[in-house]
Amino acid sequence: MTKNMEEAEQLKKIKAGDVRTASRLIRNIEDELPEARTALKRIFLDTGRAHVIGITGSPGAGKSTLVDAMITSFRKMGKTVGVLAVDPTSPFTGGAILGDRIRMQRHAEDPGVFVRSLATRGALGGLSKAVGDAVHVLDVMGKDLILIETVGTGQQEVEIINHSHTVIVVLVPGMGDEIQAIKAGIMEIADIFVINKADRDGANQLANELGSMLNMAPAFPGGWRPPVVKIGSCFEPQSFTPSIEELTGAIADHYRRLEETGLLGDRMKRKAMVEIGEALRDAILTPILRELTKSGEMDLIVERLLKRESDPYTIAEEAARRYLK
Amino acid sequence: MGSYFSDDTVNKSQELTKKWEDEVAHSVVQSPDQKSRWSTVSDLEIKRLYTPEDIKDTDFARDIGAPGEFPYLRGNQPTGYRGRYWTFRMFSGMGSAADTNARWHMLLREGQTGLSTAFDFPTLMGYDTDSPNARGECGRCGVAIDTLDDFLTLVDKIPLDKVTTSMTINPPASVLWAMYCAAADKKGVPLSKIGGTIQNDMLKEFIAQKTFMCPPEPSVRIISDTVEFGTKYVPKWNTISISGYHIREAGSTAVQELAFTLRDGIEYVEDAIRRKGMDVDSFAPRLSFFFNSHIDFFEEICKMRAARRIWAHVMKERFHAKNPRSWWLRFHTQTAGCSLTAQQPYNNVVRTAIEALAGVLGGTQSLHTNSLDEVLALPSEHSVQIALRTQQIIAEETGVANTIDPLAGSYFIESLTNKMEEEAWQYITKIDEMGGMIAAIDKGFPQLEIADAAYRFQQQIDHNEKIMVGVNKYVTSEEQPIPTLQIDEKVEQEQLKRLADVKRRRDSRAVSADLKDLKNACITGKNVMPYCIKAVKDMATLQEICDVYREAFGEYRDPGLF
Amino acid sequence: MAERRIRIMVAKPGLDGHDRGARILARAFRDAGYEVIYTGCHQTPEQIAAAAVQEDVDLVGLSCLSGAHGYLFPRVVELLKEKGAEDITVIGGGIIPDQDFQKLYDAGIKAIFTPGATLDSILDWIKNNLKPRE
Repeated sequence: MTKNMEEAEQLKKIKAGDVRTASRLIRNIEDELPEARTALKRIFLDTGRAHVIGITGSPGAGKSTLVDAMITSFRKMGKTVGVLAVDPTSPFTGGAILGDRIRMQRHAEDPGVFVRSLATRGALGGLSKAVGDAVHVLDVMGKDLILIETVGTGQQEVEIINHSHTVIVVLVPGMGDEIQAIKAGIMEIADIFVINKADRDGANQLANELGSMLNMAPAFPGGWRPPVVKIGSCFEPQSFTPSIEELTGAIADHYRRLEETGLLGDRMKRKAMVEIGEALRDAILTPILRELTKSGEMDLIVERLLKRESDPYTIAEEAARRYLK
Repeated sequence: MGSYFSDDTVNKSQELTKKWEDEVAHSVVQSPDQKSRWSTVSDLEIKRLYTPEDIKDTDFARDIGAPGEFPYLRGNQPTGYRGRYWTFRMFSGMGSAADTNARWHMLLREGQTGLSTAFDFPTLMGYDTDSPNARGECGRCGVAIDTLDDFLTLVDKIPLDKVTTSMTINPPASVLWAMYCAAADKKGVPLSKIGGTIQNDMLKEFIAQKTFMCPPEPSVRIISDTVEFGTKYVPKWNTISISGYHIREAGSTAVQELAFTLRDGIEYVEDAIRRKGMDVDSFAPRLSFFFNSHIDFFEEICKMRAARRIWAHVMKERFHAKNPRSWWLRFHTQTAGCSLTAQQPYNNVVRTAIEALAGVLGGTQSLHTNSLDEVLALPSEHSVQIALRTQQIIAEETGVANTIDPLAGSYFIESLTNKMEEEAWQYITKIDEMGGMIAAIDKGFPQLEIADAAYRFQQQIDHNEKIMVGVNKYVTSEEQPIPTLQIDEKVEQEQLKRLADVKRRRDSRAVSADLKDLKNACITGKNVMPYCIKAVKDMATLQEICDVYREAFGEYRDPGLF
Repeated sequence: MAERRIRIMVAKPGLDGHDRGARILARAFRDAGYEVIYTGCHQTPEQIAAAAVQEDVDLVGLSCLSGAHGYLFPRVVELLKEKGAEDITVIGGGIIPDQDFQKLYDAGIKAIFTPGATLDSILDWIKNNLKPRE
């Protein structure tokens, strides 16, 4: 088989939902193999069908359990689901324990569900560098909904907005710093708020505080005021299931609103710009850095900087002039 | 409140210690210590020498006292082991109910004085043998029980009014206990005559052993139902065995085992009082405990002594119990499975003997000694016999049972007991501040404390900071395999057939009605026990009953915290 | 830049919840620089095999202390083969008697570790025997 035929075969398999081929491609994307790039070029034209939902919130907020419940709910509606769950890479060893999957394992055998764990591998912002491209793979596989669960470091994880149509911010009462986090920027990216473990003390207070903050917000794009969904104990099916259905309902409403108001187009444009930005960086920066390192010039540059013989800005301009002819 | 020693003794001690320290300072220059830090297996630092100064603040009457007297540091019984030895109780179960029944009769012939049941994993998790989750597990690590029919085979020719039986069972404890009650009824033994223990301790499952079914809150509620039922109708039954054993096996330190176990106990007492409105003295005397006896000899003895003293204070001061029996901490001990090695398995006999001795010196009421081959398989008849004989030798030959709490008053023992008690209280207070054990479990607190300790210990082994003989020192290259017990593949097929037979024979309409009644009891908060007993008598299966619990209360899943 | 990172799945098939070893290993693998996917307790072979393929791991480490390894371990290998993932290496550990070793090797389990196995011995085995797949 020629290379070309192999690649066509790969695309065909992924489109047919072949898990093995898709998961291998995601692996190649993560490992930044050149063949992944080639495959993505073919794939991209077939993407853009899935509804991508980002889920963020502090550690212990119950994001994975929520995702697990959302999968159940979406499956009941007959929709297929892809999940990308991101966990942090240890900065010391480069290793990672990817544990989000544990809470979704009951869906492991369901062919309509594909769960993939990603390590951040040094990326900031609560995601992995591969996340955008992995979304494309799940999209081409035909997943109706793609859920991205961020690391949840308690830091600002606003990056998720660049990859999602709908962003859910998960809060729990009694963690102390929720409102602080919201003030610090999470507010702007939330399309839906979830107050998880709402059977706990302080849930109403948190909801009230959140409500008054929303009241003070100047304006909501497209007139979409983020709803606040309270979700109780995941162990009590009687109270839990209806509130999950309320959440999936709100997700559908939000998508509809995006479509109606044209905001979906804005989100897509934003997503496209981020993608092109990242691709440009990869296309331009990566080869320059590789060349500088390989030729040994990098060492000389560093030396010059340390001796204060030049400055990084001048050196960067010189290099850019040389390589970007 | 007086000092433990006269001023004169303390002064002399200080003087002599000073002199000794000077000498040591010189001698270690010539011959340095083998290592810079000496610590227990739990990594508790131990000094080179203990002197009267280490216990000078101990108040003899308040902190040590006499056996059979508050705070029971020296034991519950005023006569120690002279009245009777601890119960020789070997945990056993394998294959079918008939196989296990045969092993039980063998152990009773060999001088065992109490029965203890090991169930297979489907039974432990509330599944029948025909569940897809149960494939390959039937009879593997214990006996398979699906219905009362199996249970009657299990207790065939066992005099239920004479022998006490312990059942290591947790999520389905109410079901197996219901079977025991129903079996007694069928044999014409009144409930007031039967005695034994169900482990029935769910909190440590969430913390350590991970045999869980329903979430913590309703799990504790079912436990309180059994406590209430036992208090009213089965007065000689221990309805909970609050267990540290599995916490320790999961890798905790001795102090964590002590603290988390006792804090679990507090949680159960609180729930029974709050939910059932019971008087603490009506049920507290039937609470029992279960500790691990690990390889660090003195640490274990001190842990058990401290446990008695802490619990006495908890019951008297926190719960205002008035009956001295409520202040007692009665416990079963098992030697540490996790201290045994697959390498050079005969060494395990020695480890178990030392651990059993620690249990006895710690004042246990009941003891299981592990068999040398338990790291490889279920124990063979021969290895169980050695394990049982180990206890009998300790009781009959060594003389350690001659006198009560022989190590009391030792500077080291009392000091270490105090230290462990102090550290345990810190944990207990911390969990109180978190809002209790269920809240702490929800936050992952005890789970992560244990995981950290387990990882630390494994690293110490890997770096040779702690030694396991045959593992990281004195390793032999060639090992002779030892014969182990095989569970026949046929066990599963035969069990499946028996289960199908029972399902065919029984009145399924009666079973459906029973299960509906049970579900109603779950939802309305009625005591589940009478409904369980009715259902098992009509041959409802273990899983059918547990499925009712799952539907009514939801299912807990491993949160997998790291 | 283009460099394969080894991914390992640590899984507990069967109903026993003794996850001390599995959890210690997950940490040790992380500290050795691997990416580790942990499935949690009480998994069926079907769940484990499906997850291993979705996660595209190089190695599956099974831990079972209930004595049911004779059914559970070979079943995982078999299922991986059915999914066209026979190149995923499977190793196992737990309470496993010597006489079961050969049967497990024959079924495709590449290495077996019993109580007392040091972390180093397991990590060494991986270093020497596992190459990230093409």
